[in-house]
Amino acid sequence: MYIIVVGAGKVGWNLARELLDKGHEVTLIESDRRRYLTVEQELEHNVSYGDASELWVLERAGIQRADMVIAVTGDDEDNMLICQVAKEKYLVNQIIARVNNPRNRQHFDLLGVKPSVSATDLILRLLEHEVPEYGLVHLLDLQEEQLEIIEMLLGKDSSVTGRRVGDLQMPEGSLLISVLRAGKGFVPTADTVLEEGDEILAVLDPGKEEDLKVLFGPGNGNGSGT
Amino acid sequence: MLREGHDVSCLDEDPESHARLEVGLDKSWEDLGGQFTVGAGLETEALEAAGIERADVFIASTDGDNTNIIIAQIAQRRYEVPTVIARVLDPLRAEWYQRQGLNTVCPTRVAIDMLEGAVRESAGRDGTPGNTPTAA
Repeated sequence: MYIIVVGAGKVGWNLARELLDKGHEVTLIESDRRRYLTVEQELEHNVSYGDASELWVLERAGIQRADMVIAVTGDDEDNMLICQVAKEKYLVNQIIARVNNPRNRQHFDLLGVKPSVSATDLILRLLEHEVPEYGLVHLLDLQEEQLEIIEMLLGKDSSVTGRRVGDLQMPEGSLLISVLRAGKGFVPTADTVLEEGDEILAVLDPGKEEDLKVLFGPGNGNGSGT
Repeated sequence: MLREGHDVSCLDEDPESHARLEVGLDKSWEDLGGQFTVGAGLETEALEAAGIERADVFIASTDGDNTNIIIAQIAQRRYEVPTVIARVLDPLRAEWYQRQGLNTVCPTRVAIDMLEGAVRESAGRDGTPGNTPTAA
């Protein structure tokens, strides 16, 4: 594949190196002269000097034949513009944009710049995973399909321990798909009795997290979900 | 625009730029009916505080081409402002986005045209036909 990476900061430089190692053809574009010269010592002709939001710089890098454009500069406007131009003017098949400020993600979506990757969001996900107080962990968001898969640990105060799965009133638009117990996962049946320490996986419509937290969370003796 | 009787609201990251608005005015910007908001153009809260939701016209004229192009599209698509204009210095980018339906003003293009005009005019005055310098 021919891949253009824009921005030779830590992310861009390492990404370009990895992609080259995997055998892809890569052009890394950097607009800061000093940074360009540093990176060029290692990546040589795979680095190009210029401001990639200028169309002729992209054309010089051969954007017409690029299979993928990845914009990872430290500037969200630049990343959005470069990906928008790549997709809509040069009809590049695949684009990936870095989101520096997570609050800007809505703008990436608005302009059709997808997928976008935010380090802050990734760390937040990790944090959710590592810090159980968060209760509910997002494993997968399928934005287009409007589905998500979440994981929840049943604590000792969970209202559903000791209850049959068949007796749970799962909120509409949610489905219990798996139980992890003592390191092993299985698909629950109606007769499965939930235990303390179980981790449950559920697939649900976006926005159903709260209902699920109420159902599986502490307190709430009848588990009716409301 | 304020003098012509329009309601004008300015959004700028730099609180100091408020002083620039009042240069040459005998009253304060606010007394004349102007509004000034401190904030970044990509922040929806700042845009909304500046009144984007009831704007008839939105002009993006920061010193960054890409910023203007992105904010103008946000004004167009998210807030559906009827008239949106973006200042874009780079003629190539201005031209392409213009064709995509974004109203762009390119000061570089305007300056080139004016310079060319001035060169032609002075060449004409010299009365040396055939020796007209071509503008770079």
